[in-house]
Amino acid sequence: MSELSVNHLLGIKYLNKQDIQLIFETADHFKEVINRPIKKVPSLRDITIANLFFENSTRTKLSFELAEKRLSADVINFSSGQSSVKKGETLIDTVNNILSMKVDMVVMRHPNPGAGVFLSKHVNASIVNAGDGAHEHPTQALLDSYSIREKLGDVKGKKVVIVGDILHSRVALSNIFALQLQGAQVMVCGPKTLIPKYIDKLGVKVETNLRKALNWCDVANMLRVQNERMDISYFPSTREYTQQYGVDKNLLDSLDKEITIMHPGPINRGVEITSDVADSKQSIILDQVQNGVAVRMAVIYLLASKIKQ
Amino acid sequence: MSQKVLLNEKEVNIILHRLACQLIEKHNDFSNTVLIGLQPRGVFLADRLAKILTDDYKVKNIKLGHLDITFFRDDFRRGEKPLEANTTKINFLVEDKNIVFVDDVLYTGRSIRAALTAIQSFGRPNEIELLTLIDRRFSRHLPIQPDYRGRQVDVINNEKVKVNWKEHDHEDAVYLIEK
Repeated sequence: MSELSVNHLLGIKYLNKQDIQLIFETADHFKEVINRPIKKVPSLRDITIANLFFENSTRTKLSFELAEKRLSADVINFSSGQSSVKKGETLIDTVNNILSMKVDMVVMRHPNPGAGVFLSKHVNASIVNAGDGAHEHPTQALLDSYSIREKLGDVKGKKVVIVGDILHSRVALSNIFALQLQGAQVMVCGPKTLIPKYIDKLGVKVETNLRKALNWCDVANMLRVQNERMDISYFPSTREYTQQYGVDKNLLDSLDKEITIMHPGPINRGVEITSDVADSKQSIILDQVQNGVAVRMAVIYLLASKIKQ
Repeated sequence: MSQKVLLNEKEVNIILHRLACQLIEKHNDFSNTVLIGLQPRGVFLADRLAKILTDDYKVKNIKLGHLDITFFRDDFRRGEKPLEANTTKINFLVEDKNIVFVDDVLYTGRSIRAALTAIQSFGRPNEIELLTLIDRRFSRHLPIQPDYRGRQVDVINNEKVKVNWKEHDHEDAVYLIEK
């Protein structure tokens, strides 16, 4: 049990329980490494990684890049805004051109669901999905579970509610798969228009009342309202959304127990959570960011060890 | 597969006490010295030496750490089996300290090379020495020699030296195993 069952990280649904366990144990070691005075190890000095971002990202891109550099990999970056994609080049051509420069691994974010799976079938490199449309965002789900494990000791048996825009969220889907694989109970909560039909078929509870959901859970993962993906109006106004699905300090303090607040970022302060909640001691938002680097180091390290020379 | 006893419990014990005395001879009160056991199997020896120094020779405040070298090894992706990491436990800076690396068997010297790189993450030590229980002669790939050695042995390449510790293997003994 010291090897992943997969050669690419395309989504949580392709992983098994042992894979997640292995990633977390490896991340524990890397978390120790990144808290050293010198935060770098030479393991991947003969590996080159391309970060291909066909969609905007700050945190994920920085986190991946930092993880790669802390492992001593060579890194090249690519953003579609400044590239030949604008001139009509296809995804396979773009990636194959980059790979012909001897790249071993590709970290890709793409607006189309399934872009990572497609790529893994057509190019000869290890693929890490850094978010594909509204489909999956596996490293985010891994770092979320890792942060829950760190804060509460174990993920198994915990009750986690994912609040907000479930419909447009890749974080929600990956989190549902990851949490269920580890034996947690999952609930989604949000306005009916932002909850996909048939999501209960995945074995999650559905709740439209935020107070009930928060009273049920141990952990609340607050998602951002993804205005950029909304082609039509899903709720009357941001203010009304905040009144019904925003968490403020009063609501948090009036609950039966102390729950843990998570957020994958970027936060719309005052919309899904208020500043005093985001900065409270119940919030582990900044721990999530730190753990993101350790978890991504673990994923890259474990995938790289499967690339044969 | 046959095995032969190289050292029994009594011999291991005598050697450990001799090594402890040699350390005291060089490092006196250990005020500026740290013992670093190399993961995975050097840590048993380091822990045991620290215990002997404290209990039998009344040396106080011995600084002891465990160093994992997995991410610093030069055979990543070269072996059949993936490398599995262990815990590093060094809760002090090694800046200007005198370090003694402690490992059970010195073979090719590649682990020590990795440890020399790894320890730099914790500062710039004043000097580094090497203590090993077993020194396999004529098998080095690198110009690395121990400063303190328990026993020097001649072992051919398809043989393996295995050190057992009470804490982990229920006995103190050193075996030569022929594959």
